[in-house]
Amino acid sequence: MCLAVPMKVVKREGDKGVAELEGVTREVALHFVDAQVGDYILVHAGFAIQKVDEESALETLELFRSMMEEGLLEAGDAS
Amino acid sequence: MKHVDEYRRKEVVAELAREITAKIDRPVTLMEVCGTHTMAIHRHGIPDLLPGRLRLLSGPGCPVCVTATVFIDAAIGLSRKYGVTVATFGDLVRVPGTWRSLERRKAEGADVVTVYSPLDAVSLAERRLDRQVVFLGVGFETTAPTVALSVREAKRKGVRNFSVLVGNKLVPPALRALLQDEEVNVDGFICPGHVSTVIGARAYEPIVDEFGVPCVVAGFEPVDVLAAVLWLVEMVVENAPRVRNAYTRVVTDDGNPAALECMYEVFDVEDSAWRGLGRIPASGLKMKEAYGKFDAQRRFDIEMEDVPDESGCRCGDVLRGVIEPTECPLFDEGCTPQRPVGPCMVSSEGTCSAFYKYRRK
Repeated sequence: MCLAVPMKVVKREGDKGVAELEGVTREVALHFVDAQVGDYILVHAGFAIQKVDEESALETLELFRSMMEEGLLEAGDAS
Repeated sequence: MKHVDEYRRKEVVAELAREITAKIDRPVTLMEVCGTHTMAIHRHGIPDLLPGRLRLLSGPGCPVCVTATVFIDAAIGLSRKYGVTVATFGDLVRVPGTWRSLERRKAEGADVVTVYSPLDAVSLAERRLDRQVVFLGVGFETTAPTVALSVREAKRKGVRNFSVLVGNKLVPPALRALLQDEEVNVDGFICPGHVSTVIGARAYEPIVDEFGVPCVVAGFEPVDVLAAVLWLVEMVVENAPRVRNAYTRVVTDDGNPAALECMYEVFDVEDSAWRGLGRIPASGLKMKEAYGKFDAQRRFDIEMEDVPDESGCRCGDVLRGVIEPTECPLFDEGCTPQRPVGPCMVSSEGTCSAFYKYRRK
């Protein structure tokens, strides 16, 4: 599925970064997006695909969270 | 504060639904082509808010659902014949092939590993130099650049035991095929939010020009979806089709050029078989010659011939909007999310699965 999850960049070294979502951090590939520490990004399959503003990031997050709660998404679902 | 926001949002939703009802002056059929839209629409009960003359169809928007049986068979064949490690996104493992799913194959002892990112599959190959690791490349334009980049990384690092079975597909050619199908009746498309993040809203302009069918890119909140529906109804009624973007906070006109550039550096476009829809011209990706060493199909010399589906599953008709899931004889009669026959019931974002969860009478 093509869902992308909003995360916040907390570290960047070249094309590699670390992004955070609700206290959980994960490596993220930044080849496709020029995002700096503090920026919100949409992450799909471990890659940032778009930089977004904080407001739309939080809004998408709400949708993502409710789908997780209903068991519609699993951690491995990424296609 | 949140409570007020939710209340206001409900008001906006009701207002949009009223406007749609006021504007519509003929039967209108709209189709969304995004699994996340399918889930969002049914979860929020949007069909119940819309006037009777408006039909909202869920098209081939779930990459897992349109992955051809032959692709699953080929992945299982690689595992059986060559003993490779199959690395895949989690939502593909339960999809049935002709004889079995990857999940069954794993239970039989095969090495099937679920990864979060295609780059994880490259890392896996680097750690397991004694094994061939084959990543299953599925997904639309949102995912294809991530697969392409993993191939580029494998080449750069000289990872020789990594390859990809490429089954990635493109959304706009599928829309074109649907509009050319005489059985399919669609007056407008709700275009996928995150595919469009990569390809850009302008990617739908050729479809509007050729078929006169309006396209609106939409986000995933009920307000986003209903705004897209309202715009589409207006354009149908006024016979003024064009591309509009109702998700400007994320989607731009030109998409993500860096992602597209990477995708087309690694892949060429070719005809591709979609489960239920058949072979669609220029709708799939294949590895370019320069990256041929990373193409699992070439490395292992496997054929992918189209095979007929004899299970009685009517996912193909569901994906084209020709029947509703409940019209399939297998729906809830041998095909359930627990024991799915077809891919539309397997994936949580499949139309049959969404119907089963939210609309089963």
